[in-house]
Amino acid sequence: MEILVCARRVPDTSENEIALNSAGNDIERGELVYSINEPDNYAVEEALQITAKVGGQVTVVTVGGEDDEEILRREMAMGATQAALISDDAFQGSDGKGIASILKAFVQKGKYDLILTGVQADDGGAQVGGMLAAMLDYPFAALVNSIEVLDCKKLKIGREIAGGNREMNEIDLPCVLSIQTGINEPRYVGMRGIRAVASVPIPTHSASDLALDPSTVGGSAAKVKRVDYFVPALGKGAEMLNGSREENVDKVLELVAAKGGLK
Amino acid sequence: MLEGSQSGAQPTSWLAQGRVLFLFLHVLGIACFAYIVARRLVPLIRAERDPRLDRPWARLGKVLKFWLGQWKHPRYRTAGTLHILIFAGFILLAMRAFTVLIVGVSPNFVMPGLAGEAGHLYEVATDYAATVVFLCMVFAIVRRAMFKPARYEVPAKFGKAHKADAIFLLSLIAILMAADSLFEAAKAAAQAQPGHGEFAAALSLPWLLKVSLLSLSLPTLGGLCFTGYLLHELTFYFLLCYRPFGIQFHVETSLFNVYFSKLDRGKLKPVKWGVGDEHLDQVRSFGVKTFENFTWKHMLDFYSCADCGRCSDNCPANAVGRPLSPRFISIKARDYAFQHYPMFGRPANGSPLVGSIYSDDEIWSCTTCGACEEECPLLVEYIDKIVDLRRGMVDDGAVPQSLQKPLKALSSRGNPYGKMEKKRAEWAATKDFQQICAVKTLDKKNGADTLYFVDSITSFDDRMQSIGRATAKILNHVGEDFGILGAAEKDCGHDVRRFGEETLFMALRDHNTNAIKASGVARIVTADPHAYNALKHDYKDVPPVEHISQVIARGVKSGKIAFRPVDNGDFYTYHDPCYLGRHNRIFDDPRDVLDAIPGLKRVEMARSRDRSFCCGGGGLMLFYEPKEDERIGVKRVRMAAEAGANVIVTACPFCMVNIEDAIKVAGFEGKMTAIDLAELVDQQIVRERPVVTKEVVDIPQECVAGR
Repeated sequence: MEILVCARRVPDTSENEIALNSAGNDIERGELVYSINEPDNYAVEEALQITAKVGGQVTVVTVGGEDDEEILRREMAMGATQAALISDDAFQGSDGKGIASILKAFVQKGKYDLILTGVQADDGGAQVGGMLAAMLDYPFAALVNSIEVLDCKKLKIGREIAGGNREMNEIDLPCVLSIQTGINEPRYVGMRGIRAVASVPIPTHSASDLALDPSTVGGSAAKVKRVDYFVPALGKGAEMLNGSREENVDKVLELVAAKGGLK
Repeated sequence: MLEGSQSGAQPTSWLAQGRVLFLFLHVLGIACFAYIVARRLVPLIRAERDPRLDRPWARLGKVLKFWLGQWKHPRYRTAGTLHILIFAGFILLAMRAFTVLIVGVSPNFVMPGLAGEAGHLYEVATDYAATVVFLCMVFAIVRRAMFKPARYEVPAKFGKAHKADAIFLLSLIAILMAADSLFEAAKAAAQAQPGHGEFAAALSLPWLLKVSLLSLSLPTLGGLCFTGYLLHELTFYFLLCYRPFGIQFHVETSLFNVYFSKLDRGKLKPVKWGVGDEHLDQVRSFGVKTFENFTWKHMLDFYSCADCGRCSDNCPANAVGRPLSPRFISIKARDYAFQHYPMFGRPANGSPLVGSIYSDDEIWSCTTCGACEEECPLLVEYIDKIVDLRRGMVDDGAVPQSLQKPLKALSSRGNPYGKMEKKRAEWAATKDFQQICAVKTLDKKNGADTLYFVDSITSFDDRMQSIGRATAKILNHVGEDFGILGAAEKDCGHDVRRFGEETLFMALRDHNTNAIKASGVARIVTADPHAYNALKHDYKDVPPVEHISQVIARGVKSGKIAFRPVDNGDFYTYHDPCYLGRHNRIFDDPRDVLDAIPGLKRVEMARSRDRSFCCGGGGLMLFYEPKEDERIGVKRVRMAAEAGANVIVTACPFCMVNIEDAIKVAGFEGKMTAIDLAELVDQQIVRERPVVTKEVVDIPQECVAGR
């Protein structure tokens, strides 16, 4: 099975202190450390587990700049066979639809049975997967937390439903799935693995390589524009319990029960 | 035998009838043994290299102390005493065994040097030795069969009980001793007939047998002598050839295992012996994945394990029901070796060990505290094997999710919490503290004699920062010109390495080494035993390192540090951090410091010093989520309570995390507290000497008042 995973490099929220820049339109990026968007990493692991079972290859693709190559290398160290960087100045400022259009052009250059994305990017809106599927006229399922290959034309997928319920679906290939974290346990990638693929060439595709009309992507074509970015003021709601341990435990139980957390 | 050559014509002729048979048995027995040993050596030849021929005098010293001197055995009083007696008996009987074997073929043989009086004395000694060994065997059999010491039990998950085999082997030795004595007694009885002198040592087994045989006729005695000899010979060769199939192989391997044992405490083996760091990228696979990835010495360890269970009896992971029992790391690997390297047919090698004989959780459960190695009478190594197995798992990406986050943060931010580098020195930057004790960050402009290496947990953990501040104040008090690296410091990588992530460790080490060298300091002090062990044993070319407890002890001795008396009713106990105590032998300095505090009442836990019980593990172990019945730390604080202590003093921030948590979990909150040695010293220190700078004249009072 040929699987494409669309991935993205994001500032790791657990290793950064996100602060607003002075202009107030973005976060301060000077000392940020980046990593692959976590759900995307689960998607790559899932792809690797599928190909380990039924054969095939895994390609990882990202839309971005030179710096974004590091996540492609990381995923290659994890076991992805190929990677591709889609990069062009014309892509700057693309909205979700723009990114989906770029990925669509890339998908159409190859032949993929299955396209996976992470459920959403840490700084994104969970929109690219669905739009990409629509543009390609592929079936789509979101929040997927299990995949079973039925035959070369069909998958059985599980989805988590609110309230902790699950549903199972059959979906025709080719399709696009957005992957929920927890679907698997991604393998560890150490420095050594990344160093081993450090010199593997990663092809870069520009707008013209993909025969994309620059007017359909980038900032000028974007119909969704960020107008503000801020850290919400901390509201009330924190209550300090200053009793003894037993008193505090009783109080917590009471509060949780009052809010409907205990049945 | 001596007498045999003088007067006992009969015994000589009795054995002579069997000469051909005995010769045949000799050749057969030795040939079988040689074949078995050759087959056992096959995996060792395929194993990884492991140079152990260096420092012969140090190795000889180990042999004298641990093999001939049986140094570890008295730690288990009953079993140890039994073993010392048996071992001494075997050593005494070794030459006799050879002589007896030769006598079967050449009846008049006398071992050179053992003619005359010396020979007589030797015979008396061996008569008693055989008796003692025989009695020990009886005792050991009764002990195993009736009293069933808990540490010999085999939990169901590790296979079937070893009791039957152990008793069988003990019985064989008893038979060997009895047969030898019978042979001796028959000879003695014959010669004690009128006209001959008697020579079995009084009250020994041969003597008793002889006395009961005296009335028998010479032909009968001849038959008994022959039977005794034949039984001795058969048992001897059967044992010789059967031992390499089980727990008594150590009788043959122990001398080699001790001679080639590890000489450097606290150090880890490199990924591959003989491959420098700069060539590690070319090594295709890291660590132990298949049996053949173990070094030959580690395989010899497996063969040498006597199944005595002392390692697991002391293992904290085993004590709380984690899926690790060091004893079975050895036993399972030995069983694997026996199965995959059979006596006949081709060896079948190459299957992965983790997932078959070992489980992931089993290998991640180890805290590397070293209690198992400390206890092993045969000096079997465990930490290097565990780390090698982890290296293999890391190489295959099989790292638990709970460890992946801290490892990633260590690689991107240099600390396991993912905190910003620039915040590393914030513990020392608060205004209040700066006024009491200004800590300089070393750079091109600011130099110092001494570097205080703080490390991640003390830098970033709110609670542990107090240890950092206490340490800085103590250094200040003793007049040390010191500074910290601040943002230029990264985690020392001690436990990154012990969790198998060698490449990340090397990156952290190289970064810190460069930063330390650039700072131009002449020495390093740390309050973190893990950092201490890393800088001392894992790093190269860095200035000498000391733990703060050593600095304090010296300060107390020189009079630079004096203490206000403790006037509470508390009972203090000192918990030895593994990487300070067991791995680096710093047992006395912290205790001397405590004892120098007037009025401080100190009690000792049953498990202390080199038998200290791990707090639960430091470094990445804080992030790992083990499967266990209870926390290791909870066991430890109960031990402190049993000792009658209500204050646990430790000297390691990781111990502090685990012990403080455990005090809460065990329900001792309000009844028991934990304090770091540096914190206690800082609290009790007398600061009458004037302070560093003029601007802060009010320091002495503040300092006396504590924080």
